[in-house]
This record gives sequence, structure tokens and C-alpha cells, in this order.
Amino acid sequence: MTVETKMALTEQDVRSYSAKMNEADWMADFRADALVRAEQLPMPKPDKTKIDKWNFTEFPAHTVESTVYASLDELSEEARALVDKEQQNSIYVQHNNTPAYLFLSEELKAKGVIMTDIFTASREHSDLMKKYFMTDGVKVDEHKLTALHAALINGGVFVYVPKNVVVEEPIQVLFLHDDEQASLFNHVLIVAEANSSVTYVENYLSTVEEAIGLANIVSEVFTGDNAQITYGAVDVLAKGFTTYVNRRGVTGRDSRIDWALGLMNDGDTISENITHLVGNGSHCDMKTVVVGRGKQRQNFTTEIVHWGMDTEGFILKHGVVKEESTCIFNGIGRIAKGATRANAVQESRVLMLSERARGDANPILLIDEDDVTAGHAASVGRVDPMQLFYLMSRGIKQQEAERLVIHGFLAPVVSKLPIEGVKKQLTEVIERKVR
Amino acid sequence: MATLEIKDLHVEIEGKKILKGVDLTINTNEIHAIMGPNGTGKSTLAQAIMGHPKYVVTSGTITLDGEDVLEMAVDERARAGIFLGMQYPSEITGVTNADFLRSAINAKREEGDEISLMKFIRELDSKMEFLEMDEDMATRYLNEGFSGGEKKRNEILQLTMLKPKFAVLDEIDSGLDIDALKVVSKGINEMRGEEFGCLIITHYQRLLDYITPDKVHVMMQGKVVKSGGAELAHKLEEQGYDWIKEELGIEDETVGLEV
Repeated sequence: MTVETKMALTEQDVRSYSAKMNEADWMADFRADALVRAEQLPMPKPDKTKIDKWNFTEFPAHTVESTVYASLDELSEEARALVDKEQQNSIYVQHNNTPAYLFLSEELKAKGVIMTDIFTASREHSDLMKKYFMTDGVKVDEHKLTALHAALINGGVFVYVPKNVVVEEPIQVLFLHDDEQASLFNHVLIVAEANSSVTYVENYLSTVEEAIGLANIVSEVFTGDNAQITYGAVDVLAKGFTTYVNRRGVTGRDSRIDWALGLMNDGDTISENITHLVGNGSHCDMKTVVVGRGKQRQNFTTEIVHWGMDTEGFILKHGVVKEESTCIFNGIGRIAKGATRANAVQESRVLMLSERARGDANPILLIDEDDVTAGHAASVGRVDPMQLFYLMSRGIKQQEAERLVIHGFLAPVVSKLPIEGVKKQLTEVIERKVR
Repeated sequence: MATLEIKDLHVEIEGKKILKGVDLTINTNEIHAIMGPNGTGKSTLAQAIMGHPKYVVTSGTITLDGEDVLEMAVDERARAGIFLGMQYPSEITGVTNADFLRSAINAKREEGDEISLMKFIRELDSKMEFLEMDEDMATRYLNEGFSGGEKKRNEILQLTMLKPKFAVLDEIDSGLDIDALKVVSKGINEMRGEEFGCLIITHYQRLLDYITPDKVHVMMQGKVVKSGGAELAHKLEEQGYDWIKEELGIEDETVGLEV
């Protein structure tokens, strides 16, 4: 069934926005076409969460004007703490919807590494964009929200690493949100060509208490043969934000994509993280930590699809749910016919800290091939009283004992984040959220 | 000198009476051993002293230098100087052994008077060497994936780092090979002195070959039924428990519950 939705913006609006952002001409047509589809396509149906009453289409403003930064010193204290200035080779900062700061070292530029905001990318790297942007990763017509995203993109970054180039230091991106009217339709596109390697770390950071906008975020990540991408993210969007975030990977032969996601939004969130292991011998490691609090409703789907032979996928998700919040964890390992000797492993653990919190871990294995290995483990439970007794029997106070157990529970993902400042921030966010 | 005094202690678990009037006084500079067949309430005594939430004290007292231990929460008992070496230590993912130990040491100290990192590491290194533990045991997650022997050694490591006034060691010797047993005994003997009293719960005389107890008690039917010196342990090793049962006219020594 399709439901017609009247969009807040018209074709003329998106075309003039594209022109204003000085995008390539094809982007205007692309947006206009996507807008038509957005009106007709159905909403996605995340397993076990009803979202038909959620607002994903109405927002106060498509774009807000925000200041740019002449230097990183102008960032708020909270944002500055994330940046390791000593080892900074590359950073992109977006202030609400405004590309606000960009630095890419001469050394990386000389090697052919590209990092630029998504608007500039459409103009200056049109061929690369046309090849990878919403083609083999996330498609425009998957559902209403992907089409809406395509029509309304108002931020994001393009990162390109050429063949044989190893980027040693992490590439860092900050999406700063401090205007309660702002909505985020960010598109991140990362391409690592054959034999290259890069670590990308992004932060979504709200510094307002409450927001009234919405977020519809898509990331597409591609590895060429034998390439490696490590993708770290910490999402801390304010209460009131309704978020749809879709992070997708597609692998080449013998390549790997590793995800480490700290999903700490305070608003209702639908998160989808899927990797298609297309190339033979490719590998994906997906680690996710989540904390739900208040009356938050969240749904997290993590899926690894094995198309190539000898592919390996590991999903590890740990979530803490407190107060009256709901967290649904859908973990899917899918092995297509022909993906012989694939190995799909997943583990989901949910720790519930209150009577009224709801946690659900649904491990799903869909296997169309005989010669494979697969395994899953899932659990939903409370803090083990024996663990607390053990810690307290050494003199540790109950509150501190609980803190240790919760931190320990989330540590397997936190410890994987590649930037110290970001790791520290995630630890602090967790601390704040579970207290 | 400090004194841990247990008087007429009655304990229930899930409504079932286990301890039926235990009397026991331990001073620092003394090592006591409690022996007895399975299911006579030995482990229950250990858990009750520490304050395990499942074990309900229905009457009797436990005091530490006159202070009412039963009024204290588990962590307060620990900070007052009581330590329980557990038979089945919990595994805690994501918390390293070293971080855990440091938190435990600092829990006993005032805010602002935390142990310095250097001092802590020095002490940990030397204790681990003494207990012949692999260096990586400090950075591994607490008890996670430890073998039975490693867990027991780790309990003794905590004992020597935390330096309590009184330690209750619940079957610290079970599942240990002879080398591990020697190491564990070495750790306990190292603690021996004016500042330390110990209650060792065991099935076997074996451990007492390495640690000479000052007093030996036998538990049956949820009570201490016989006490003596180190020679009592030897007699039990040679003759078993039947002679005590005969002497006291006991037919079933257990409390009727698998413990």
C-alpha cells in the first residue's frame, strides 16, 4: 500500500536549494526526482517497532544558517574536547547545516586523498559521486525515508582514498548541532580504493537540551579489493530529535569494513546498519553500544549479508535500557546462495536497569547455502546480583559496583573506538546517561 | 588485637533453616579451620558473615570488636575489615582485574587519599610475582575465562592487596592441583600475623598440611559440634567423621539441603 504524503518542500524548493549550494546540475534533477518518489513510497517497517505515528516528514526549517569557524579554537568546549589537535591531519566540521571548517593536510592531498563537503563533491568530483552516491549502497527508492533523504540532503561529507594509500591518522568529522530548529539530512560517502586503508570517526553532538527538528542520515561506505575502512561513530543527538540513521557498507574482494558505533541519542531513533559482503574473502565486524533512557523508543537493526565466498561477519551489540525506554535489537545474518564457507556470528545483550524498561533482542539467521557456519547468542537480563555481591564484598559501594558492571558491559565496543578523545567522550556520555 | 565474634547464629535460606546456633570467636593472629562433610552449613556460615542477600539471619549476633556486623551492608563489612574468599568468584566482563583492585583499595580510603598509581602498580606487581601469576592477569577482565586455579589465586591476590583484618576462605583449596595449593598456602601464610585472623573452610586435611591452624572446628547439622587444635584435623584425616557422629549420637550430619 502506498500512502501519498504531502511534502513540506516543492520541486522548485529543492532545485533552488541545489542552485544555492552551487551543486552540479545533475544533483538538482536527482533531488527533484527523489522528491516525487518520496511522496509515493511507503515508510520502512522496522521489525517490532511501529513508526506510523512518528514524525519523519515535518520539520520547522529545511536549513538554518550557522557560523563558520576560522579555527578549531572557536569550537565550543565540548566539541573541542573531541579533537586531538596534535595529531590532526584531517577534520571536517559542520555547524548545523553549514560546512564550517575543513582541514586536510598537504601530505594527504598530495596522495590524492579527497575530503570535502557533499555539495562541493557533487561539483568537483562528479564522476566519483555519480558512481557511488546512492547507487550500489543505499538506493533512493528503498522507502519513503531514503527518497526523502535524497531530495533534501543538507549536509554531509565525501571522503575518497585512492589506490594503495594508507591514511595513518583517523579522519575526523564533527556534526555539531546547536540550533533547536535545525534538521539534519546528512549524507556521508566514503570510498577506499584497492589496497588502501582509512579510519573515519564521526560525532553527532547536540549542545541544546531539546530539539524540534528531525534527522535523516545516510552513510555509504565502499571498500575496493583488499582495502580497509574502520568507521567509528558516536551519536549524541538531543531529546526531541526524531532520527532515522542508515549506515551501509559494501565490500570488495578480501577487504574489510569494521564498525564501532556508540548510539547515544536522547530522542526516538531508528538505526539501520547493514553491510553487504560482496567480495570473496571480505570481512565485517559490527560493534554497537546503546543506552536508552526516559521514554525513548529506539530500534536498531544490524545486518550482515554474505554474497561472496569465504566471507566473515561478526555482530556484537550491547544495550543498556533504563527508566521507561524501549530498545529493540534486530540482528540479522543473511547468507545468500553461493556464499560458500561464509561465517555469520552475532551476539546481542541487553541489560535492563528498571522494571518499566523494555529490551528485546531478536537474532535472525537466514541461510540459503549449505556449506556455512553460523551462530548467535542473545540475552536480555538485569544486573547480576552475584556480580554486585562480589564487588561489594571487596568494599565497593553499591552504586559504584553497578557503574563498574554497566561500564564493563559496554566496554567491548567503547574500547574499539579509534580516537582517544572520542572514546573518552563516549565513556562520559554513558556515565551521564546511566547515572 | 581485633576479634570477630559469632554467637548463637541462626540462618535460613529460602525459608529453610541451615545454621542452628553457631558459636565461634576468632582473634587476629589466629587461624581457624572449619571442617565437616558436605551439606553441614559451612559455606552458609561464610556467606552469612559477608552478608549474602539470600542468607537470612533469624537470630544470633556477629560482631567485630563489638560493632554489630549484621547491621552493616556488604560493602561496609568489607570496609570494616572482613573479606570472603569465594568458592565460585563472579566473572565481570569489561572490568580489568587491576581496575577492580584499585577501586576496591580506594573504596577503603578517604576521597583525596587514593592510592597513587605508581604505588599501586608496584604493589600489584610484587604480589603477583609472589603468587606466581602471569603478568597479563592484571589486564584481563575480572575472572573472565580464568581457570579454577587462576580464580583461586586471584582471590588470594585480592586478599593480600586488600589486607583485611579477617578473612573467611570458602573452600579455597577445592579444584587446586598441588602446585597451586602450595602457592595459595604461601599467600595465606604471608598474611599471618598480629593484624590478621582467618577462618578456613575446607573438606580436606590437605590444605592444613601447609597452613597449620591454631584451632580446628567440626560442623554438623548447622552447628559447631567439636573444636580442638591442629591434631583434630589429623585425626579426621585418619579416621573420618564417624567417630564424632557416634560420640555425639548423630545419625544424619547434614542440614538436609544441598549446599
